[in-house]
Amino acid sequence: MASSLGAQAHAHGYGQAQAHGYGDARSARFFRNAGDLSPSSCRFRAAMATASASILASPAIPRSKPAASQISRLQTQLRKKEISAVEIVTEYLDRLREKEPDVKSFLHISSSALDEAAEIDGRLARGDDPGPLAGIPIAIKDNLCTQGMPSTGGSRILDGYRPPYDATAVKRLKESGAVLIGKTNLDEFGMGSSTESSAYQVTSNPWDLSRVPGGSSGGSAAAVAAGQCACALGSDTGGSIRQPASFCGVVGLKPTYGRVSRFGLMAYASSLDVVGCLGTSVDDVSLLLNAIAGHDPADATSSSKVVPNYLKALVPAKELPGNPLAGMKFGIIKETIGEGVEPAVAQVVKNAVVHLEKLGAVVQEVSLPTFSLGLPAYYVLAASEASSNLSRYDGIRYGPRVVADELNAMYGASRGQGFGAEVKRRILMGTYALSAGYYDAFYKRAQQVRTLIQQDFKKALEDGHILLSPVAPSPAFKIGEKVLDPLSMYLGDLMTVNVNMAGLPALSLPCGLIEDEGSKLPVGLQLIGNAFEEEELLRVGHIFEQTVPTW
Amino acid sequence: MAVGSCESIVLLYSQPRIPRSALQIRCSSSLASKQASSSSKIPSALQDFEAVIGVETHVQLGTATKAFCGCLSQYGAQPNSNVCPVCMGLPGALPVLNERVVDFAVKLGLALNCDLSLRSKFDRKQYFYADLPKGYQISQFDIPIARHGSIEVDLPVEYGGGHRKFGITRVHIEEDAGKLVHAGGGGRLSGSPYSLVTFFFSSCCFSLLVFVDLNRAGVPLLEIVSEPDMRTGIEAAEYAAEVARVVKCLGIGSGSMAEGSLRCDVNVSVRPRGQAAFGTKVEIKNMNSCAAMHRAIDFEILRQVALHKEGLESKIVQETRLWEEGSQRTVTMRAKEGLADYRYFPEPDLLELVLKQEQVDSINEALPELPNETRRRYEALGLSMQDVLVLADDKSVSEYFDSTLEQGADMKMAANWIMGDITAYLKTEKLSISDVKISPSVLAELVSLIKDGTISGKIGKEISDEAEIASLVDKVLLENPKQLEAFKKGKTKLQGFFEGQVMRSTNGRVNPILMKKVVAQKLGLS
Repeated sequence: MASSLGAQAHAHGYGQAQAHGYGDARSARFFRNAGDLSPSSCRFRAAMATASASILASPAIPRSKPAASQISRLQTQLRKKEISAVEIVTEYLDRLREKEPDVKSFLHISSSALDEAAEIDGRLARGDDPGPLAGIPIAIKDNLCTQGMPSTGGSRILDGYRPPYDATAVKRLKESGAVLIGKTNLDEFGMGSSTESSAYQVTSNPWDLSRVPGGSSGGSAAAVAAGQCACALGSDTGGSIRQPASFCGVVGLKPTYGRVSRFGLMAYASSLDVVGCLGTSVDDVSLLLNAIAGHDPADATSSSKVVPNYLKALVPAKELPGNPLAGMKFGIIKETIGEGVEPAVAQVVKNAVVHLEKLGAVVQEVSLPTFSLGLPAYYVLAASEASSNLSRYDGIRYGPRVVADELNAMYGASRGQGFGAEVKRRILMGTYALSAGYYDAFYKRAQQVRTLIQQDFKKALEDGHILLSPVAPSPAFKIGEKVLDPLSMYLGDLMTVNVNMAGLPALSLPCGLIEDEGSKLPVGLQLIGNAFEEEELLRVGHIFEQTVPTW
Repeated sequence: MAVGSCESIVLLYSQPRIPRSALQIRCSSSLASKQASSSSKIPSALQDFEAVIGVETHVQLGTATKAFCGCLSQYGAQPNSNVCPVCMGLPGALPVLNERVVDFAVKLGLALNCDLSLRSKFDRKQYFYADLPKGYQISQFDIPIARHGSIEVDLPVEYGGGHRKFGITRVHIEEDAGKLVHAGGGGRLSGSPYSLVTFFFSSCCFSLLVFVDLNRAGVPLLEIVSEPDMRTGIEAAEYAAEVARVVKCLGIGSGSMAEGSLRCDVNVSVRPRGQAAFGTKVEIKNMNSCAAMHRAIDFEILRQVALHKEGLESKIVQETRLWEEGSQRTVTMRAKEGLADYRYFPEPDLLELVLKQEQVDSINEALPELPNETRRRYEALGLSMQDVLVLADDKSVSEYFDSTLEQGADMKMAANWIMGDITAYLKTEKLSISDVKISPSVLAELVSLIKDGTISGKIGKEISDEAEIASLVDKVLLENPKQLEAFKKGKTKLQGFFEGQVMRSTNGRVNPILMKKVVAQKLGLS
């Protein structure tokens, strides 16, 4: 088992994983901790040493010049017939397969991507417009349902499950001409911050293969960082897009709750879940948001507010005035730059603040008194909703079923074998919190805290146009480092969960590198805006990205 | 897509067969076991004891589509043909509220004199069962759409009559679950649509195959909870009948207990007269008519009273009992192991349910006359309660009666015609009153002709007795010898003349088809 889960190349992680029986959580953990001692880990280390260099040289990582839009460049070339969709997809598929043995970001690689690309080429040849994302290879987090590909949510309980429908966000990408290149790894059902809770494989951070990519959208972030796709969809319940974006040095956008339909997103915590975008530039993230945002009659919580053209807000670097942020007020959240944050991270964020000031902005410290209440309240609410949302995985209509003598035993055995340790932990916590006699003390109180957090943000956003904080208190940590300590893993979500509690949009932007044990690791800056003001976040993020000193 | 996903849900799990005898716990009381004519024993049983009865009614709504998805909400379709990702509980699927359900709930809430909640919400009621695809039922918990209402009934005259008003605690919206179909013997369902199943499990020889049909999953329901205001089986049965009348009158559902579109669960407890505290309540399910409800409750009251009388009231436990129509008794289904914890919490996938006052007002203005209003109106007209109950039982009958009156018919005579000959005709022909060819205006004319003596009541009725017709034809032939002679010589057109004469001799009351047949016979034509 260790060898197949180890560093050996397997392009079809999915098929490989299916070949195993149910993994015992302890043995999986054993592998992660003891991995350095196993024979396969020698190859793993060797791969790390060489792969690190090659991956960092990838054109997908903005290092020596400001991030440029891959999508815009490819669209221009495609329309000028300098390149075909098949060539674009071939290039990405080649890189995907080349990097996959090291990064292991994909659970499934599309077998029809080239056919779809050929179809796009055919439409272009006929003079059709296949859409603004024509021929762009996009990776999809595996908790989003895709009709043509398996969708497991990273869980054994959906092993082999093929949905009969596309998630709305996925459908909209297809309608925009995108080519879905594969399904990316994640923490099981989005529950985790390192992608180590996937039932199938451990994804590595392309910046340092011994480290986690973050999570739960770790597969999507790593795939974008490694150039395995042009951009990717993720989902964010408590930081699951922003934190891996920060760890992998890519741009991640968590839209306002309700901006993007959740239909087809496997629910973790319905009142917090948002589908969002990961890319190498603000341009690309804006293009992606253009495609997926908007009201969906199939999601009662999706907003019918008009969707602007997010690209229109972006001003090219050479057209920017001298002080492009003059007159803008920012607030840096005091509670996020003090205790509990690694000094090096705080320093990079402070440098970013200085840069914003150079661009003409006024940056003030603001305090959100309820900030520290967010994390425990989040874990009560998210676990409560999860305990309910995951009830449908009962082995009856889909997914593996364990034969038993009666119904309850069948439930117990199917769910016992189908769910991993972290998911079980959250189901238990949530079931407890919703139980008669505990509801008021936990769920109801957490909802009250949520209201306070919303009020605090509202007040803070009245004073400042945009709030700032680090995305995470640390850079990417080592694989296995926090697996045995769930609480320390939860603490890493400190900076991000409150944004979900308030339903606000937030952008995670690479803002610098720090050195940690010989590795250069990216750090992300979080920009938090008013509800439905993604446009403003993207505009400011784009200015920042175009003007920030290169690394 | 529906077809493609069918196979994945028609599933099987194994379940041990429970010996039938274990389900049947015999009633220890000698009085209750002699239940054959339980109703007659009720008055004496209730001399020293009082029964307290409350009813929970599930009304299936007649919307075209389900409560939270676009699937058809229809009966009798192929199993698992009216299903989609939403009502199958597939990963990622989300509910969207069918607005018609809200309109129907408002109608019923208003008809039951409830206070409507202009802001209510949906909650998840959580439990695991194979017919519940999501592992929770979308329902309304602490803020139902309507509450604090009442319903008025008039008890049947043969049970002593009387007017009653029962409190309605609440009305809330929820979704139905699917249906389990148990198949024993490894193939009873082969040949049925269920046989599209391609695999099955059965772990031991005592196992059952269980199939799940999700056509009903997500069908909208309104649950009506009554106050514990009823004291006898007939009161509860009449309550259920009135709810069914209201549902049909509002056009929000078929309100049929026989079809299962109106289902009542009854809570019964008994206490010594004068005691304020309620006795231990027992829930009874599985009654498919008001008559069955009446009998089931009376049986249960007698059972409990007998236990009280024998000093065995501790043997009355909080449990769910099933009414067995065959043996006319209630039997233990399951004992409640404490209170079930459904871990209700607000449904995060649906928005708060907000009613606009204008919406409520316009629904209120469009409400039809309700059964109780019709009864009060008829009572005020001077009809006897017996007549009132018959005429106001069915909206189509009362509408027919009303239009007959509008045409100027005498009330009492019109009532008698409708309750007598017309009802008898409908019964034998298995028709509804809307199928009757005599329109209210014809009936009104008939009634006035009879009333002013132009024709007698007996004449008002059609002659369809073949022997009587034969003698009428004979008489006509005898009275017209010339024409008969001409006919015999070949003037066959005269057949019509004879028919006309017979018709005339009866003032048109003879059944024309029969009469023509008899005339033809007498003329030697057939």
